[in-house]
Amino acid sequence: MSNHLVDSRNVDSRSQAPRFAKLWTPTEVDADEPGLMRVQMGPSHPAMHGTVRMDVILEGETIRDMDVDIGYLHRGFEIQAENATWTQVVPYTDRLNYLSSLCNNVGYVLAVEKLLGIDVTPRCKWIRMISAEIARIADHLTALAAGALELGGFTPMLFGIQAREEFYKVIEHLCGARLTTAYTRIGGLRWDLPDNFEAGYRKAEASLKKNLADMDKMLTRNRIFYDRMADTGIISQEDAIEYGWTGPCLRSTGVEYDVRKAHPYLFYDKVSFDIPLGHKGDNYDRYLVRIAELRESLKIIDQCFKYMEPGPVNVDDWSIVLPPKEAVYNTIEGMIAHFKLIMEGIAVPKGEAYGYTEAANGELGFYMVSAGVGKPWRVHCRAPCFALVQALKPMMLGEQLADIIPTFDTINMIGGEIDR
Amino acid sequence: MDPILAAVLFAIIKISIILLGYVMLFATVLTWLERKYSALIQDRIGPNRAEVAGLRLGGLFHMIADPIKVLFKEDFMPRTENPIMYKMAPWLSVVPPMVIFAVIPFGPGDMFVISNAPLGMLFIFAIAGLGVYGSVFGAWASNSKFALLGGLRATAQMISYEVAMGLNLVGVFMIYESMSLQGIIVEQGETLWGFLPAWGLFLQPVSFILFMASAIAENKRAPFDLTEAESELVAGYFTEYSSMKFALFSLGEFIEIIAIACIASCMFLGGWQIPFVDATGGIILTSLQILAFLFKVFVLVWLQMTIRWTLPRFRYDQLMKLGWLYILPLSLANILATGVWLYFAA
Repeated sequence: MSNHLVDSRNVDSRSQAPRFAKLWTPTEVDADEPGLMRVQMGPSHPAMHGTVRMDVILEGETIRDMDVDIGYLHRGFEIQAENATWTQVVPYTDRLNYLSSLCNNVGYVLAVEKLLGIDVTPRCKWIRMISAEIARIADHLTALAAGALELGGFTPMLFGIQAREEFYKVIEHLCGARLTTAYTRIGGLRWDLPDNFEAGYRKAEASLKKNLADMDKMLTRNRIFYDRMADTGIISQEDAIEYGWTGPCLRSTGVEYDVRKAHPYLFYDKVSFDIPLGHKGDNYDRYLVRIAELRESLKIIDQCFKYMEPGPVNVDDWSIVLPPKEAVYNTIEGMIAHFKLIMEGIAVPKGEAYGYTEAANGELGFYMVSAGVGKPWRVHCRAPCFALVQALKPMMLGEQLADIIPTFDTINMIGGEIDR
Repeated sequence: MDPILAAVLFAIIKISIILLGYVMLFATVLTWLERKYSALIQDRIGPNRAEVAGLRLGGLFHMIADPIKVLFKEDFMPRTENPIMYKMAPWLSVVPPMVIFAVIPFGPGDMFVISNAPLGMLFIFAIAGLGVYGSVFGAWASNSKFALLGGLRATAQMISYEVAMGLNLVGVFMIYESMSLQGIIVEQGETLWGFLPAWGLFLQPVSFILFMASAIAENKRAPFDLTEAESELVAGYFTEYSSMKFALFSLGEFIEIIAIACIASCMFLGGWQIPFVDATGGIILTSLQILAFLFKVFVLVWLQMTIRWTLPRFRYDQLMKLGWLYILPLSLANILATGVWLYFAA
């Protein structure tokens, strides 16, 4: 279970990137100075996926100053959550990181279960792991494919999307939706795995392996791609930690932190997998880490299928999980339990909890306060992208305009998550 | 009839046949072919919807449907100080590549070339140099920052690569001792050491690779398409163009693909020469030679398309570095090596 470096460039020197001059710099450059030009990239700009605006002050093509303006995708997730029952929040979490909805579903219910103090069934845990890893694969594929597209490689992008499509089919088979999955429930799942699920997954796996090999061939050792990615968007370990980076982006700087390993949840301590690490913290490292993580996710899913045994997926507690329909129609207890759950929501005991999981982009945390009623008193979502995007400005100062594109892509900002 | 008038009439007929029957037709087919070919590369189906009388022919009708659609789109014009420049720019990027065909020989003799100019290649360089005005005027007159950045990139890129492109052909001129395209092609009819056609490709392989690279850069296509890098500059210098004006920029690009393929096949692939057949005359041989030229052009077009759909894009400074630090010194070294070789061979 040793962790491996994804990148063999200058491994002996292990040169660390320099620290940023300042962690936070206010806008100091006056755009009206002669020779400077202010360019508004976004919110409707081809590269600004997820609707974000970048106010860039350029000197020729060099970035003298910039400001990332978020908020164009604000939906009020946190306030919506206060007005919905604990269960009704699950569909809202789909829209957080819309590339890996299942990760959010899992993260949210784990946080609520922490508050409830319950433990779900083993089969449920395995299935949650499978679904989270499938979502991670879809997310990483999107990030990689979009990265290729934005550097002008339309063909590798379609290879990635083709593989992702197969995984979306698996997700659709799993829960009937591709994006708005809402698959998990507090104390269990919406339903067990459908028939032939593993067969469908194997097909997607084969497609991923083939397309990943093709993408790898077209990009990884491609000189143009390498020149665009290597040594651009560099961040040092210390800065990454100070900015609160997590996930593949943090690991690209060589920090060995993965919630799945550091604070195992579900059965992540029972499966063996590596944490791929970069060492330079540039775009190329982030690209390689994502590719390596795809392979690790496949390993995890294989083990889940191996260890999984038939059994119930929901906890046997009608105050948390909806009773079966026969019980609702035929027994008074079932009827009452159903009524209470639907009308009032799950009675989560008073208290607060912070549940955190490793989502595709990093640590996805849900801090929630319960007042002891059926609705959350407060839900806060710790979005991994939020921390990543904060560091964009110091990373980009003095770089070229064209470097924003791969950097913005490899940190994989997701509007839905950042604006909540 | 007055002989001068007759010659003019004959030239006009040749121009219309070559431009309308060859260049425009080829360019129109390319608009379809590029999409179909990229679909093939990318495991897609590609255009297949346009239908005439129940026939689809693999989407071939798209090449008619698209211009019609584009013609009827709203012709939006931004508020600009230079409306004349704005309107002129698309034409400036379409006409120069068309004019290049004036000196391209499509077959042996004076019959299949509009003007068999003795300094044909110089004419081509002069005309190709005008191409930059299309993008610069368009960018400047668009009154948009993204267009302006694209135009700046276009200026620097096209000027740098023009130098490299010209120098790459000097080796070819030295070997064949001619600057007329027809003269160079005739020289390439010979056979080297009994088995190799005396093509520029075999005598000047370095030149061929560098020429193709700088010609693609000159045409601003991927991997050198940073003037219109859609992820950075939206659409670069033609961000603000719509309707047929927009289509003219793409048409200019397609015509330039053909022009590059034509020049490269004249310089490096023996033009209309069929390998090992160093003869001219006769209707059958002449038509075969015209077909051979078409085939070579097609192969080079295919090469450009494959490159377009395989490689990602450079960054501005990397492109400049490639042009000035690698391609230019290499082509100078190539000229030197050719000179030394010719000196000792003579």
